[in-house]
Amino acid sequence: MATTLVVPGIFHRAGSLRKERRWALITAYVSLIFAAIIMLAPPFYMLITSLKTSAEVADLAGNPWIVRNPTFDNYWALLTSPMFMGFFWNSIKVTVLVVSLTMVISVLAAFALARMRFWGSQFLATGVFLTYLVPDTLLFIPLYQIVGSLGLLDSTWSLVLVYPTLTVPFCTWIMIGYFASIPKELDEAALIDGASWTQMLTRIFIPVALPGIIAATIFAFTVSWAAFVYPTAFITRPDEMPLTIGVVSQLIRGDTFAWGQLMAGALLAALPPVIVYAFLMDYYIAGLTAGATKG
Amino acid sequence: MADGTTIMQASARAPGSTTLQRFARRRSTIAFLMTLPLIAVIGGLVVWPAAYAIYLSTLNRRMTTFIGLENFLILLDSETFRLVIWQSCFFAVTAVILKALIGFWLAHMLHHLPTKGQRKWRGMLLVPWVIPPALSTLGWWWMFEPSYSSINWVLAIFAVPSVPWLGEPWWARISVIIVNVWYGAPFFMIMYLAALKSVPEQLYEAAAIDGATSWQRLRYITLPMMRNIISITVLFSLIVTFANYDIVRVLTNGGPRDLTHVFASYAFQVGILSGNIPRGAAVSLFMFPILAFIAFFVLRGVTRRNREEA
Repeated sequence: MATTLVVPGIFHRAGSLRKERRWALITAYVSLIFAAIIMLAPPFYMLITSLKTSAEVADLAGNPWIVRNPTFDNYWALLTSPMFMGFFWNSIKVTVLVVSLTMVISVLAAFALARMRFWGSQFLATGVFLTYLVPDTLLFIPLYQIVGSLGLLDSTWSLVLVYPTLTVPFCTWIMIGYFASIPKELDEAALIDGASWTQMLTRIFIPVALPGIIAATIFAFTVSWAAFVYPTAFITRPDEMPLTIGVVSQLIRGDTFAWGQLMAGALLAALPPVIVYAFLMDYYIAGLTAGATKG
Repeated sequence: MADGTTIMQASARAPGSTTLQRFARRRSTIAFLMTLPLIAVIGGLVVWPAAYAIYLSTLNRRMTTFIGLENFLILLDSETFRLVIWQSCFFAVTAVILKALIGFWLAHMLHHLPTKGQRKWRGMLLVPWVIPPALSTLGWWWMFEPSYSSINWVLAIFAVPSVPWLGEPWWARISVIIVNVWYGAPFFMIMYLAALKSVPEQLYEAAAIDGATSWQRLRYITLPMMRNIISITVLFSLIVTFANYDIVRVLTNGGPRDLTHVFASYAFQVGILSGNIPRGAAVSLFMFPILAFIAFFVLRGVTRRNREEA
């Protein structure tokens, strides 16, 4: 109390700071709760719809946001449908191939670009970044012609061929960043011990940059799983479709939409990236922010 | 680049450096071999198709004769295409501004929380970015569905008249923007949160001692420190949003009356669905100058940032 009398200004300020901070916290929680409701409403509503029977979906009376008689029929129908499982299998096949290809290409190239200066390496690194900025919607028409002339239209192999354009530039770019942050002393020590370039890559760079490799792998996986433009353009045969275009084009039939089944299909298709995200969130976010904060 | 070559040649010609010379040669050969797959992907699947697109766009519909810039002129002459240009720019600019503002706000709010709680909230708020957009847009499509719209049901609670989401051109445009903002705002949030965390705490302490208000702290510390990442993120998102296809395709497919087409969906309709490949290529090439212009600034921002950090 005595101090208040001596310097009332400072004490008053401290009190208002604490109050300010409390208000800031309340505002923060209110905005975040509001944002979380908006952000999670669509997936939540998809889940609710997917648990309804067609009759309940069509019933206009009552709250659409709750489900009265939950049923797994929609999921069961999809999981036993050979067409839907075919989409799943195509997606898995394409994604696994593209991710492995991407990681081999980009780790090798990033190692060379980060550590071995050679003629045009700077130019190539810039080129990698610029290619990352080229959107798929700019290239799908010429690629349609090219894929067509190779006889790969209506085949999942066309996707294996073109998806690297979506994944390789970014993965190389962030791997260059991760490799460049490894101290030079480490490879000097390895060179003195007589390590070859291959040994340096497999014994030092890959283990040390493992978090980066995981982040890049997750990125490549998410992108090839979610890719939409290329499969929409190249593939019209249902048995060669991956999940994204399969769900969008094949589960919508005629005028009567089987909404419950459509939502169940969309959720099942979205499940793998969501699971990866749930378990590897930190790597996922590291990969996301690496593009601008690393390299 | 030119400097690099001359130096390399000079060192190669210098006497008494045979082992070094061999080493350098071997090293650059290995490096070249290691980058060869990357060069093949970039050259064969990006540069070559891009050049091929330019060639395609100068052909007639049957791709038999060269017609110069005819495709571009026809497009510029058509009312529909002029609307596509307008709609693409309107969509991209509005959506990016909203995403940046919402992302900044959410990042700021998250930053206020104690570190322990941040993870949980961040995890929840990033969910829209994780779901493949073509699939989450299906969910939105269902929420916008005219007779069953669950959004209108919620609005009705607050006595708001029901909205014809995808039926009216303007509402359809707004719907596309809403979905894009919903999908992209979490990305901005994550980027800005990372940037906020990198601002040194001492700056805020110094500002507090000087008696700065929270607005002044934002204006004179946070924004200048984050300027680079804000511009990179905005420009990058501008490219991606401008070239967006998934959302328009699933939500409106260009309708009502071709009024919500953006470049990508219109190129798809003209090039693949109507089978006029050259004109479709011309439509997507219209994106190129704008994208190149933005890409130039992104690259400048990134190199400047690297120089600052070095």
